[in-house]
Amino acid sequence: MMARLNSVSDLDALKKDILSRRDSQKTKVSVCSGTGCRAYESEKVIDTLKAKLSENGLDEKVEVVTTGCHGFCELGPVMVIYPDETGYFRIKPEDVDDIVNDTLKEGKLVDRLLYVAPDGNVHAKESDIPFYKYQNRIVFGNSHFIDPENIEDYLALDGYQALATCLGTLSPEEVLEIVKKANLRGRGGGGFPAGQKWEATRNAPGEVKYVIVNADEGDPGAYMDRSILEGNPHSVLEGMLIGAYAIGCQQGFIYIRQEYPLAVEHLDRAIKQMREHGLLGENILGTGFNFDISVHRGAGAFVSGESSALMSSIEGRVGEPRPKYIRTSIAGVHGCPSDLNNVETWANVPIIINKGADWFTSIGTEGSSGTKIFSLVGKVNNTGLVEIPMGMKLEDIIFKIGGGIRNGKKFKAVQTGGPSGGVIPENMLDLPVDFDALSQVGSMMGSGGMIVMDEDTCMVDVAKYFLEFLADESCGKCVPCREGITQMLHILKMICAGEGRPGDLELLEEVAAMVKECSLCALGQSAPNPVLSSLKYFRAEYEAHVNDKYCPAHICKDLVTYQIDPAKCKGCGKCLRNCPVGAITGEKKKPHVIDLDKCTKCDTCFMVCPPKFRAVTKLSGNETLPVAEVEEDQV
Amino acid sequence: MSYSLTLVDKIINGYGADKEALVQILLDIQHEFRWLSRDILLHTADRLGLPMNQLYNVTTFYKHFSLVPQGRHAVSVCVGTACHVRGATQLLNRVSQGLKLSPDETSPDEKFSLKTVSCLGCCALGPVMVIDGKYMSNPTANEITEIVEECE
Repeated sequence: MMARLNSVSDLDALKKDILSRRDSQKTKVSVCSGTGCRAYESEKVIDTLKAKLSENGLDEKVEVVTTGCHGFCELGPVMVIYPDETGYFRIKPEDVDDIVNDTLKEGKLVDRLLYVAPDGNVHAKESDIPFYKYQNRIVFGNSHFIDPENIEDYLALDGYQALATCLGTLSPEEVLEIVKKANLRGRGGGGFPAGQKWEATRNAPGEVKYVIVNADEGDPGAYMDRSILEGNPHSVLEGMLIGAYAIGCQQGFIYIRQEYPLAVEHLDRAIKQMREHGLLGENILGTGFNFDISVHRGAGAFVSGESSALMSSIEGRVGEPRPKYIRTSIAGVHGCPSDLNNVETWANVPIIINKGADWFTSIGTEGSSGTKIFSLVGKVNNTGLVEIPMGMKLEDIIFKIGGGIRNGKKFKAVQTGGPSGGVIPENMLDLPVDFDALSQVGSMMGSGGMIVMDEDTCMVDVAKYFLEFLADESCGKCVPCREGITQMLHILKMICAGEGRPGDLELLEEVAAMVKECSLCALGQSAPNPVLSSLKYFRAEYEAHVNDKYCPAHICKDLVTYQIDPAKCKGCGKCLRNCPVGAITGEKKKPHVIDLDKCTKCDTCFMVCPPKFRAVTKLSGNETLPVAEVEEDQV
Repeated sequence: MSYSLTLVDKIINGYGADKEALVQILLDIQHEFRWLSRDILLHTADRLGLPMNQLYNVTTFYKHFSLVPQGRHAVSVCVGTACHVRGATQLLNRVSQGLKLSPDETSPDEKFSLKTVSCLGCCALGPVMVIDGKYMSNPTANEITEIVEECE
């Protein structure tokens, strides 16, 4: 066990000691073991790699670092080999032999594992890959080099230096001024300046005050907070300690979703290591600063991410919001002043202290400093977590970093801000992404979900999807949210089922305005956004559903039938064998037919029909199969 | 005292029988038994000095708690936004058909439980189904049937 650090110079000495034990000449292999890569069995790759290295007597020369998320989840498991920064992707345990023999022993590249851009260019060096090239990874910057289970990796990279600076040389007021000057805005939703929140809590009357990390990442399409906690938990904890020092509190809480078991595990371990090193508890670094943390797991409720609800949940009660005539920064947990910031916000704090407020404001736009992490997902080629400077244009994010739309389809819209946000259409792709620009177009930054949609995405269905989520998650305490969302959802369900009536869209707008105006908390107040923004930009699509019972994207099940185009079907039998309800009949090498009475529209035939035939077709509204051109030899 | 209540006591003692730790205690009990029986809830209420209605309030509010037994094999379909636009609805239909269960149902022999979850963070695989911790990217009806038959 590690000796307790009793002063700032102890911390410096420990860092020196760690560095002296490390051989910078060693080849470093960084392998991602975040949840995404684990789903692709990255753990097997790591085990195989370690075994092969010791078989070949390379343990001494090569160091394997099991890290958190690298971000490029599309091509997991991912590996980067230093010092050359060679990036290998989609690695299978079978590939490890070649990596060891060719690259680690001989210094040659394994071509098949390199990144090939859509234009055919091969990029061996990770930072040359467009996905990484246009990013500015300051929060994620060190994630390639840190084993989240090893505090020494964090300490070796100046970990807890910012805390030492604050405790050793800065007064709480000075720390507060730096964060205010940096204009660090909340990365979890509203974008409220963190410095102002800290100040309000600091100035609130009361002896006991709390700081809280909001890791209840509820947006069903965003996972950056989880990745930060999984990959670099100490950065969040250090930020939290700095905040506690500036505000003047001795107790902190971390509220994290229990659905993130790996993040909870890494967080618990990090806290234990902090205690062992004397970075938590009494008299931290011998400066007289006392602070401790307890971790609370959320049991699954989206609304519990709202500040007053979250605090009620920490007290062991149901996580329902209360009216906020008095803010939680004045009266939060146990009625004490409580400062709540999101994971990504906290992770930015040590960086700001280390590099200064001026450096931070030099990145981003005037109103939004720094970077923001987005989860770029949906119908985009390069799915993953991307960290970009505020102000980058949407089209650069989607097309340069994201590599454009999958399968050569056409871009339709991008959804930001999760269930509280809205959709942004193609003609606004040159929008610079920051807090204010997104709000102006009827969406919001939210926690950073960015869901790309193509021509095959139905906007009515997406609006219905978000309302279903919100209706399910509404706590039911206030009537406008509970009943309003339910009624809006009812109208949308009818529209998607082909039972829309004239006047439905106007009614939707009327109910939406009421829900927005009258709901108690942000969940209800922002719930109509997905509907209103899609109505604004894609009204014609709603009208097609209502008036023509036509779903242009062929998604709404009740408005679509599956048919086989006899002109294209070669009778390969794949759909027939895969149909779970035996609705497809046909002889070998002759066009097959779907029995529409039996068909459950499960989409299986559409999925398995070989792309070279594309015979299974979805029809909606008045669409019919194209009239087969009669081939001459059949006449 | 039965084995299960001894275990429950151990969990409660781990939190110093603190009323405020109710959610944390219930999470640990749920993790251990996969559901919360009435006996266990009564015992917990008694130990913490809380009325049963507060326990029902909490256990019916949070999604993770189950007041009915759960199946031996946990099947989840991700219905996060990214999976949704990539066809999670159709996948959920296929899984439902394959297991003959609706979401949030458990088979009568307690073999399978089907749940939907919001975003597992492996959006690149989407739409995704997880069975006993194993991730499957957009399985066809046949692939679902195969994996269901493999389960004991």
